[in-house]
Amino acid sequence: MSGSMATTKPSTVYFFGTCIIDLVYPQAGLSAVNLLEREGIRVVFPQGQSCCGQPAYNCGYPDEARAVARHQVELFHQPWPVVVPSGSCAGMMAKHYPSLFKGDPFLPRVENFSSRVIELTQFLVNVLDLKLEDKGEPVKVTWHSSCHSMREMGVGDEPKELLRRLSNVELQELKRERECCGFGGTFSVRHPEISAAMAEDKVADIRATGAKTVLSGDCGCLMNIGTRMEADAKEARGEVIDGKHIAEFLWERTNG
Amino acid sequence: MGNFGPAAREALKDGQLRSNFRRAMDGLMSKRAALFADQDEWTRLRALGESIKARALAQLPELLEKLEANCRKNGIQVHWAETTAQANDIILGLLQKRGAKTLVKGKSMVSEEMHLNAFLEGHGIEALETDLGEYVIQLDHEAPSHIIMPAIHKNKQQIARLFSEKIKEAQYTEDVDALTGMARQVLRRKFREADAGLSGVNFAVAETGTLCLVENEGNGRLCTTVPPLHIAVMGLEKVVERLEDVPPLISLLTRSATGQPITTYVNMITSPRRPGEKDGPEEVHLVILDNGRSRSYSDEQLRRTLQCIRCGACMNHCPVYTRVGGHAYNAPYPGPIGKILMPQIEGMEAKGELAHASSLCNACVEVCPVKIPIAELLVRLRTEGAHARADAPVLQPGAERSTAEALAWKMWSRMATSPTAWKMAGTMAGTFDPLMPEAFGPLADWKKGGRTRPRFAKKSLHRLLRDKGVPDA
Ligand code: SF4
Repeated sequence: MSGSMATTKPSTVYFFGTCIIDLVYPQAGLSAVNLLEREGIRVVFPQGQSCCGQPAYNCGYPDEARAVARHQVELFHQPWPVVVPSGSCAGMMAKHYPSLFKGDPFLPRVENFSSRVIELTQFLVNVLDLKLEDKGEPVKVTWHSSCHSMREMGVGDEPKELLRRLSNVELQELKRERECCGFGGTFSVRHPEISAAMAEDKVADIRATGAKTVLSGDCGCLMNIGTRMEADAKEARGEVIDGKHIAEFLWERTNG
Repeated sequence: MGNFGPAAREALKDGQLRSNFRRAMDGLMSKRAALFADQDEWTRLRALGESIKARALAQLPELLEKLEANCRKNGIQVHWAETTAQANDIILGLLQKRGAKTLVKGKSMVSEEMHLNAFLEGHGIEALETDLGEYVIQLDHEAPSHIIMPAIHKNKQQIARLFSEKIKEAQYTEDVDALTGMARQVLRRKFREADAGLSGVNFAVAETGTLCLVENEGNGRLCTTVPPLHIAVMGLEKVVERLEDVPPLISLLTRSATGQPITTYVNMITSPRRPGEKDGPEEVHLVILDNGRSRSYSDEQLRRTLQCIRCGACMNHCPVYTRVGGHAYNAPYPGPIGKILMPQIEGMEAKGELAHASSLCNACVEVCPVKIPIAELLVRLRTEGAHARADAPVLQPGAERSTAEALAWKMWSRMATSPTAWKMAGTMAGTFDPLMPEAFGPLADWKKGGRTRPRFAKKSLHRLLRDKGVPDA
């Protein structure tokens, strides 16, 4: 949980889009912004933003990560919450930024920034108590929890709570919901075969639910799971189950 | 340079191995979960365990001296070894002094770290493993694949076949009790005949000079009481301050390790046989090994590695370990604890690569009973591996550095701090995606993982939100 975060509805929030959403899944980001704006919140998206810095940080290049982190902190300087549609990037900004700036005179500003970071589903449930009117057909979905959303940001039931608020959506849980899908950022290219073995098991688990769509709050995981299913489909090992960021799903179900 | 990558790839091809590990780890995870069902109790006990180990580490030099003094008072002789070679020599000396030819061993991971068995064999001394799992792998000339369950990579059928081949007059059977019985037959005789016994130590109590040893088979008790000479080996991080520190740690250890409320045997060794006592060894020696631990101790962050109580829960919950098994790590300590400990013990050149064998999923961090920030330490070790510096608390800092990678991060950092460059990259990626080759650079590796290439969106989020008129400030 973001400690000092107010739980009253703010009039303005920052939106940090994350690099994967920016380049590969922009619809997820757009949907999140739509959801927030529909609640009457003014969303500010600093156009100078880029990446949270996690890739370099995790690979052992803290100087390079620090430069990128500092860039975001300076950009998001107003006292508004920073809503992040990824538990992993939120975890980096909320939990790892302060240790990255240990002993640095810039630390107080970093700590202020970090305390304002909140993961999207936590914001939607805990701050906005978002009401949802489901306009979609009955559908069965499954949910993949990202490791960092659970274990760094402490996201628990919030995403499922949102899904429960959609009257026509049935959630079929995974058997190993808490197990990593094998993405792990650069781990996926440093140890592609191990990463693949993990993705393979995750995909099998997803298939076994019989769900039509797999949802997640992290696009890194979705990219890993989705491209694995595409490869499976190419070799006739199973069809592609639609993977979607929860923001996009919520927006689709409730808009129109 | 190590060989984790190729070894892991080989292991992944072995379907039998993968299913053996999967099944075993599933069982261990659910047994542990059942014993920590009460979240509040878990949180409290774990905080207590962490504080006990942290308190011990905060006064480590003093506690070790105290331990030595109190052991001596009790008649236990204490020896210090800075390196594994020194520890091996000390043990050899003790055995030779008594003319010992055979040594029965209880489970000791430190002795694995020392490669003690091979060393003694080279000097004509037979070292026989008596823990059932250790016995199994010794028969098959293998190394342990797990720190608690060394033969966990083998299933019942594989053990049955091994016994029928290697134990004289043994019939093939898959009956677990019968198999255990066969091993017991062999081992009982060895216990009676052995010239010396060796054991590890789970906790050494400074204030009383007590060596605590938990085990399930009674082999530990036999090794430490039947032969006339008992040698205990431990890493220097095993010392705790007080006797009352032990029960919470044992509870955390056995529940985390095997999902047992307590082990069948809890041995508290305080002295050799005293006058008038009917059993117990004539001599007890304690060998305390450093092997790089004090180097880690000198660094506030790395020091936390020394909190480890070797429960193995981190490997039981590790998605990488579960897939590749223990042998791929080519290290006495595999899995998450191995990934942080081995680079510190053996150096970045030989073992730095292990710090990268993780998706940083934090599953280990969640279950570690003494709250070692394993993921944080992995990142720290990756950093040490990528940067050479004079006063680093690791051996061969910078050994993992690749010029190409360093340059790539530098360029990435420039791009991600320049709004124009970043937006341009987004536009280019989207525009030229259809023309991009299917596999180059990291994407080639991505595809090695049996995945298609991700597609860049035509319009980036930056662009979509600008078009939508979302304010920038
Ligand atoms: S690091 Fe933690 S979980 Fe792993 S063996 Fe040590 S104490 Fe157990």
